[in-house]
Amino acid sequence: MGILNLFTGRKKSAGNAKDRLKLVLIHDRTDLAPGELESLKDELIEVISRYVDIDPSSVTIKLANEGRSQRLIADIPMRTRNNRRR
Amino acid sequence: MTTKVVTVTSGKGGVGKTTAVANIAVGLAQLGQRVVCIDGDIGLRNLDVLLGLENRIVYDLVDVVEGRCRIRQAMIRDKRLPELYLIPAAQTRDKSAVSPSDMVNLCNELRSECDWIIIDSPAGIERGFRNSIAPADQVLVMTNPEVSAVRDADRVIGILDAEEKGPVSLIINRINPVMIKRGDMLSVDDVLDLLAIPLIGIIPEDESVIIASNRGTPLAFDNRSKVGLAFINIAKRLMGEEIPVSQMENQGFLQKLFSGRK
Repeated sequence: MGILNLFTGRKKSAGNAKDRLKLVLIHDRTDLAPGELESLKDELIEVISRYVDIDPSSVTIKLANEGRSQRLIADIPMRTRNNRRR
Repeated sequence: MTTKVVTVTSGKGGVGKTTAVANIAVGLAQLGQRVVCIDGDIGLRNLDVLLGLENRIVYDLVDVVEGRCRIRQAMIRDKRLPELYLIPAAQTRDKSAVSPSDMVNLCNELRSECDWIIIDSPAGIERGFRNSIAPADQVLVMTNPEVSAVRDADRVIGILDAEEKGPVSLIINRINPVMIKRGDMLSVDDVLDLLAIPLIGIIPEDESVIIASNRGTPLAFDNRSKVGLAFINIAKRLMGEEIPVSQMENQGFLQKLFSGRK
């Protein structure tokens, strides 16, 4: 079994279970469907763009957990004036 | 000692709640405690058969709540132990026959009669579950190392958290060390990592659980049983004894692995 895994590169099923559960639990706990996170991101970009110049393609937004508390992490790189002048 | 009400719940059905209640109750009673266990699964009662007391039922929980008998009359004494009682669920009624405040009142009345009240919650997160957690001073959430059981346990933990019920601790049942070693089963650490609540016990998967249920004799009566011992340890931890979880139960696993016994 172990050797087979080595050759096929297939992940052990317990690892699959843990990875899948991690995501499912975050969405269950926050009552936020994966699709909703995308529309949240789109609206966030729209609002922020009204005030500052950002590159929509480099914005990332993700859910993370620490124990039983969840955190929404957004990374929004801003365009500097130098970049804008290009 | 002040009486403690402990509810065993899980979200998902079939993970071993009733087995746990029977064994923890027997474990506590063997430690000299006065124990009353209550079957909260109205309409689908089973704690009576796991304890081997099914032939002695006259009155049930709903009879008490609806005033057809006194609480004492519905308490079936387990003759194998000095102070272990069962209040069975009604079989021909449904969960709506009892309300959360009925359960709180019932438990308050029982507090003078015993040291521990152990409630067997039905699966799900509806009325029967709400009834069962209403009087709880402490909640034991039971799960198996499987995706569906872990997910449902997480839901229940979330509800208990929102209702400020607790302390809440986890029992992981049906652990198969061979599958964990092979990487095909979530380990105890994996489950703890995901659910992030304190652990109170782990139970190995063992066919003796079915044999014990066939006989109506919980494994906690057998001090050579690894499963029985794991439940007795939970009873001791409830009493405040500090027994490391990994130690004894895991020793059982290793002995089994090396002796080649199934």
